[in-house]
Amino acid sequence: MTDDNKFTNQKFKLVGKRVMRPDGVDKVTGRARYGADTFAPGQLVGAILRSPHAHARILGIDTRRAEKFKGVKAIITSADLPDLTDGDGDLYDILENCMARGKALYDGHAVAAVAANDAEAARKALQLIKVDYEILPHVTDVDEAMEPGAPIVQPRVQTKDKSDKPSNVAGVTTYGHGDVDAGFENADVIIEKSYKTEQVHQGYIEPHACLASVGPDGHGELWVTTQGQFAYRNTCAALLGMDISQLKVTSSEIGGGFGGKTHVWMEPVALALSRKANRPVKLVMSREDVFRASGPASSTSIDVKLGATRDGRIVAADASLRYDGGAFPGPWGEIGAMAAWACYDIENVRSVGYEVMVNRPKVAAYRAPSAPMAAFAIESTLTLMADDLGIDPVEFRLKNAAREGTRASYGPTYGPIGIVPTLEAVKDHPHMRARLGKNQGRGVACGFWFNFGGQTCADLAIGVDGTVGLSIGTVDVGGARASMSLIAAEELGIPYEQVRCNIADTASLGHNDMTDGSRGTFSSGMATIFAARDAIEQMRKRAAKTWGIAVKNVSWKDGKAIAKGKRKSLTLKELAEASPNTGGPISGHSQTVADGAGVSFASHICDVEVDPETGAAKVIRYTVVQDAGKAVHPDYVEGQFQGGAAQGIGWALNEEYVYGEDGRLQNPGFLDYRIPVCSDLPFIDTKILEIPNPNHPYGIRGVGETSIVPPLAAIANAVSDAAGVRMTHVPMSPPRILAAIKSASHEQAPKN
Amino acid sequence: MKGIAVSTTVNGDAVDFVCEGRETLLDVLRNRLGLIGAKEGCGTGDCGACSVILDGELICSCLALGAEAEGREVETVEGMADGNKLHPLQKRFLEKAALQCGICTPGFLIAAKALLDSNENPNESEIRFALAGNLCRCTGYDKIVRAVSAAAGDLRRQKKARLKRRATK
Repeated sequence: MTDDNKFTNQKFKLVGKRVMRPDGVDKVTGRARYGADTFAPGQLVGAILRSPHAHARILGIDTRRAEKFKGVKAIITSADLPDLTDGDGDLYDILENCMARGKALYDGHAVAAVAANDAEAARKALQLIKVDYEILPHVTDVDEAMEPGAPIVQPRVQTKDKSDKPSNVAGVTTYGHGDVDAGFENADVIIEKSYKTEQVHQGYIEPHACLASVGPDGHGELWVTTQGQFAYRNTCAALLGMDISQLKVTSSEIGGGFGGKTHVWMEPVALALSRKANRPVKLVMSREDVFRASGPASSTSIDVKLGATRDGRIVAADASLRYDGGAFPGPWGEIGAMAAWACYDIENVRSVGYEVMVNRPKVAAYRAPSAPMAAFAIESTLTLMADDLGIDPVEFRLKNAAREGTRASYGPTYGPIGIVPTLEAVKDHPHMRARLGKNQGRGVACGFWFNFGGQTCADLAIGVDGTVGLSIGTVDVGGARASMSLIAAEELGIPYEQVRCNIADTASLGHNDMTDGSRGTFSSGMATIFAARDAIEQMRKRAAKTWGIAVKNVSWKDGKAIAKGKRKSLTLKELAEASPNTGGPISGHSQTVADGAGVSFASHICDVEVDPETGAAKVIRYTVVQDAGKAVHPDYVEGQFQGGAAQGIGWALNEEYVYGEDGRLQNPGFLDYRIPVCSDLPFIDTKILEIPNPNHPYGIRGVGETSIVPPLAAIANAVSDAAGVRMTHVPMSPPRILAAIKSASHEQAPKN
Repeated sequence: MKGIAVSTTVNGDAVDFVCEGRETLLDVLRNRLGLIGAKEGCGTGDCGACSVILDGELICSCLALGAEAEGREVETVEGMADGNKLHPLQKRFLEKAALQCGICTPGFLIAAKALLDSNENPNESEIRFALAGNLCRCTGYDKIVRAVSAAAGDLRRQKKARLKRRATK
């Protein structure tokens, strides 16, 4: 069986080793090529004109003066991107987001684009394009957008609230089981609390960038920074009316994505410009464009109601989660509702997710999308409840944690899972016993992520010298090539150094879903194992042919074909060298829908110090405990844990989209949208647990996303412990914490 | 000719180029000299991905003009290795897995080099503040700080060995 995904509990020789990554030298010497690092003969430079208004009807676009400007080769508007979406609503949303169609829906919405000989000519040409706007009322706040009488963002989306009138609520979904109302009647204590989180951006350091080339023969090529070359190809081809096979998409090295590069933004615009100009067009977003017109994650408003008995058992739980999707319908409220209570075993549980449209950029996935906000609200409330009941917050969570066999609030029944082990590890961690100083506090929180599988294939080609070229189709966002090489070498029984893993372009390998949902190592790891097993089958046949015996008498061990009962063997290298005369090249292939991605859980411990004078909170110690299933390359698993925690810390304390009354984004730059810098953070301790995923030969689970889920709540719980104030609004920026401290001390002051 | 002729030194090599007055040093390095190691992450001096060393001083090349390189010495990530021998910082970044996506890595390497050029034994806090002008969104900086600290040790040991060799000659 080459494609059996059952966990085999084999002893590893290579998997789990901290080897050097194959793409490393290129990345420390400046040789690695990212989205903006390639050039084509005769290339033009593209630039995009964006709406300065949050909501406006476009009465006309006059490009005549710009067209005459020296060096301008093509100008496009939505008229050059006709609607070919054929009733596909999601695709239409992408099309409309790429270029406004009659209405600008947010500050930064693309309106027109230019390709010119150089950046200066393109920039000047943009200034010569005259757009006639009729400004419309706008709404940017998620709660205000749900109020009656709010400006309607998308009249074309059939939306209904309770009164059957058009609204900004594009969808409502409910998850849960049991009788929630009856459950609350049995509760000794009920806590109700409302929370708000502000919009954040993925903050990848590399802006969106591509080089597009479409010829009059209808063939196109796209070099682009993306998390999914195949998905970009399919979307761009559909929007431009091209055959999929006529568009070759090559993923460049990617300078961070975190979900933000799973969505097409300006790539169809670059292709349309190139098609019109019949020249290659390079299009790179400025940082301001990245903030105004790509990403971000939802802003949210969440109500939680939690009921428990005095002995510490949760008897009922209810959450109402309102997520903005920007100016388009999203799945974000639904995902939040699914993830909300996933850590716990609750008899009566409900979560309701609302998809709310506002005049903000189209929301994109951001690492465990939608889960951190839900966890902020729920894990904060859990600690409030534990405090009320006088139970240790870790014990309270352990008492209510989901286990194998628990029916999850979002439907499935869990197999072996890691929430209890991570909490036990937290309980035993020295961090929990470390003494806290003045103005310092400690918080704990848990997090969950589903993890995805999906369509995957891999090719494994054995060279005549016995080295192996492995081609995978999931983009390597941070060390995956090392992990895949380890897996191939493990399966084949050869040294790690003999495998070279490459990321294939769309013309060289079958379809692969994107690197998202923490699926890269899980899915491509599985496809690599299957491809290696396929190659081993070939090699057993070659050996059998060489020896003149039946294939069933040949087995594969430690990189060698061995014949039963005979003292001979043929190494992979010997078989490869002989291959031209034994049947030609040896390669293994696999294609699969990788099912059974094991769910992931983490528990985090955080210490903060709050300055009572300024309200500034600083994280002084942080520990991540997470289940990895099997850590293929522990360095990069730790790296995922640390990176997610750092992003969560930024989200919790600093990061925030600030919109003015005019509906314009006030802080579209790294100076005013401040992500954590090196001096803001402590070392981030990690502990990897390995509870094997039964649905992967090596027990692998995805590890990339869960680490961003607990930090918001862990920090809120720590701030509460340090400063005695319960923060319900993220980010917990100095002004918000200071206001909370002042209001708390005001409440405590004796009244006259 | 409307461009400005500039004679400069890049990674020890004499380089002549012609650029427009408004062109940044970053654009010149990338678009005219083919040195793509320095990256544009923001164009406003906030992210440090374009860090280079100009006459011994760490700068954001997106905030300098190409014409300012006249008669000066520019160091970029492409010049850090000694032939095929990686700089200890480059080695330690790989060994300690101090990069994930790698887009910020050239800037961090240059900023760290500038630090170690002036402080051969920085403590954790000095490293963190010296690198505070460089943004990394992948790593949480943990492994970067450890790599820089380890490389500082390597350089000190190399220096000690050099001095010892000199003394015994």
